Amino acid sequence: MASYIARRLGLAVLVMLTISFLSFLMLKMSGDLAISMAGEGSGADYVEFLRKTYGWDKPLITQYWDWLVKALQGDIGTSFYYGSPVMTLIVERMPATLALGAMAIVMALCTAIPLGMAAGRYPGRLIDKVALLVALLGVSTPIFWLSFLLILVLGLQFAVLPISGGGSFRHLIMPAMALAFYSMPAIIRISRAGMIEVMRSDYIRTARAKGLRPHRIYLGHALRNTLVPVVAVASVQFGFLLGGSVVVENIFAIHGIGYLTWEAINQNDYPVVQAALLAVSAAYVVLTLLADIVNMMIDPRIRLD
Amino acid sequence: MVNPLMRGVLAIVAAGLVLLPVTALAGKDDDTLVAAFQAKLPSLDRYHAPGREGFLLGLLAYDALVYRDPNTFELKPLLATAWRQVDEKTWEFDLRSGVKFHNGDPMTAEDVAYSLSYAADPVNKVFNRMTGGWIERVDVVDPLKVRVVGKQVTPLALEYLLQLPIEPKAYREAVGIQGFAEKPVGTGPYKISGGSGNDVIFTRNDDYFEGGGKSKPAIKTLVYRAIPDVNTQVAELIGGGIDWAYYIPVDQAGKLKMMPMVDVINAETFRIGFLTLDAAGLSSPDSPLKDLRVRQAIAHAIDRDALAKTLVGGASKPIASACTPSQFGCIADVTQYGYDVEKAKALMAQAGFADGFDIDIYGYRSRPVAEAIIGYLNAIGIRANLHWMQYSAVIQQRRDHKTPIVIDDFGSAGINDVGAILPFFFAESPDDQSRDPAVTAAIREAGSTADPEQRKALYAKALKRIADEAYWTPMFSMPVNYVMSKDVTVPVPADENVEFWRATWK
Repeated sequence: MASYIARRLGLAVLVMLTISFLSFLMLKMSGDLAISMAGEGSGADYVEFLRKTYGWDKPLITQYWDWLVKALQGDIGTSFYYGSPVMTLIVERMPATLALGAMAIVMALCTAIPLGMAAGRYPGRLIDKVALLVALLGVSTPIFWLSFLLILVLGLQFAVLPISGGGSFRHLIMPAMALAFYSMPAIIRISRAGMIEVMRSDYIRTARAKGLRPHRIYLGHALRNTLVPVVAVASVQFGFLLGGSVVVENIFAIHGIGYLTWEAINQNDYPVVQAALLAVSAAYVVLTLLADIVNMMIDPRIRLD
Repeated sequence: MVNPLMRGVLAIVAAGLVLLPVTALAGKDDDTLVAAFQAKLPSLDRYHAPGREGFLLGLLAYDALVYRDPNTFELKPLLATAWRQVDEKTWEFDLRSGVKFHNGDPMTAEDVAYSLSYAADPVNKVFNRMTGGWIERVDVVDPLKVRVVGKQVTPLALEYLLQLPIEPKAYREAVGIQGFAEKPVGTGPYKISGGSGNDVIFTRNDDYFEGGGKSKPAIKTLVYRAIPDVNTQVAELIGGGIDWAYYIPVDQAGKLKMMPMVDVINAETFRIGFLTLDAAGLSSPDSPLKDLRVRQAIAHAIDRDALAKTLVGGASKPIASACTPSQFGCIADVTQYGYDVEKAKALMAQAGFADGFDIDIYGYRSRPVAEAIIGYLNAIGIRANLHWMQYSAVIQQRRDHKTPIVIDDFGSAGINDVGAILPFFFAESPDDQSRDPAVTAAIREAGSTADPEQRKALYAKALKRIADEAYWTPMFSMPVNYVMSKDVTVPVPADENVEFWRATWK
């Protein structure tokens, strides 16, 4: 177990290094920070001055190395665009993203689990087809399109929810719905499969034979056993939501990490992009690892090695 | 343990409880104007807030020595009541007495010297190097008089100075640059009174001085709200969540015009669209663009009227000269290249390219405009291969001599003088694609001449030559759409510098 976790963590570090290197390279190739910082109409000598001051005239690999060495010492740098420490920006923006992600995952679980279980209880029947349709729509609907549809219907037509901003709980409902819809398919599928499996099991047959009422069978026995793998999937989905919030946070103007990342990409503000990507990929790596461990604890038959 | 299903039901009920009608946050009732912008202000210190939003911040919370009328472009007194040129390089300013910063400190010559010297020092990396880089030093003559000494003759000195805010020396030094950015203090018509998340809140400065080009605001509170997605901005305008937005694309503006709750106004900016052509053969020694006839063919191949009318839209006008029509020194009386495909084809044939050629074209702004241009070029046999990148990447490619054609635009950094655009694109600058000694000489001489008439004549000479040689393909002006609630009147400027202090409720 300990060696497994150590190996997984080692792998996670490699994954994060690769992510940070690739993102650094892509960002450097996509635009020139010195030119955007100098401002329209600024002379080339000033652009050159900025490059020298910040060390952007050095080879890319050297620049990356300098960044990495500092990052490993805990200094993830200062935003070129905002002028404030990246850590301050991340800490300031993280709560909104976490709140949005948490709300989305709760919404997704509350709708997807009952739907998936009902589908698994009655495979091939109408409810199963509805669940499959929802899952299909969830994977195939572009998230920005759904977001604008929500704005149109709930924000304008019925005017029951604020359209943008992040001042209150109510502001998070629409973006959370959009994100929830996006993560529902996986949860529907896993709870449907779990339900089918559970319903075939001996203890359900025993429960039926004992003459238990159907709701005791489903809620008391089947639900709890179906939920086990769902927990693992949900934690991975939560990681996805943190990454997927870039689009949603921009549309709904939520003051979170996703919005920050988008701004930083536009400005070629690489210390911020690097930090935001690392934060999201670290969350994802940790969640995946936790999911594996939870899985193993739930079902000792799963051999991690 | 609470049953998970029950918990789900509870969550849904809780969600239902919050589905109560939304109260309007923007509007007349609480004397609060909410204006939406695509970009957040990176800093509340104007010296570290670039771009057009930084310009607005500078006008709202700060004052400069001089003020430029956003419609007539006339220069008027602001923190300076009068100014004069002492010699070719030295400007003297009489400062207004009795002006107070938002924290109560009086504004003096020391603050002016401090602020302008801050802008002049490259180490400080202020919003735009051009505006402060020309300053050699600032001399305090007495508490209400300063002299600004240029490194060389600087005909655009006043146009630069109107962008440089005067900040309080004592306070800024006490709290530090970072501290100042968080709690900034200026002399402007609005105080920055707070903000969180996407909002910056501006409150009327009730002690704002009279007699300058700016005035005490009519509306008490102005909220600067960042909403990055323009579709969301449009939804908020319709829903009444915001009162004002600009840079609304032409298709969206068309739909908004039919809405009863908003007014749509289209107004000019300094920004113009054009093609830069590698006439000097920097990208390749045998570039077809070295041939004058090919450049003329390109100029004839583009239907500027159609581009301006259908793709840019609104008040957009075709332009023939390499400058913004309102700029000092800009002349439209140059060689004209009307839309004439047959003539363009004939010129191509004369140049030996009857079968056309392949070429790389770079762009970053509007995809539809880029596609249209490629279509026009294709009609005369030029097969353009589009490279779509970010602005800074395209500019770097051009400076590295890799771009035969760039679909470019330029806003002259808000400066109403061709001295902001011509030296950037000609006169042996890194973006000069023609390298014509005659053009270079005229522009350089104009840049070091103080006499306005002489400058005009020199720039006219340069612009005529640029048109004769078709070094550029000027295309159109780029106006923007302002959308505002029917409840409010926000005067629309001709230079994007919206004066919110003049806004009034109807």
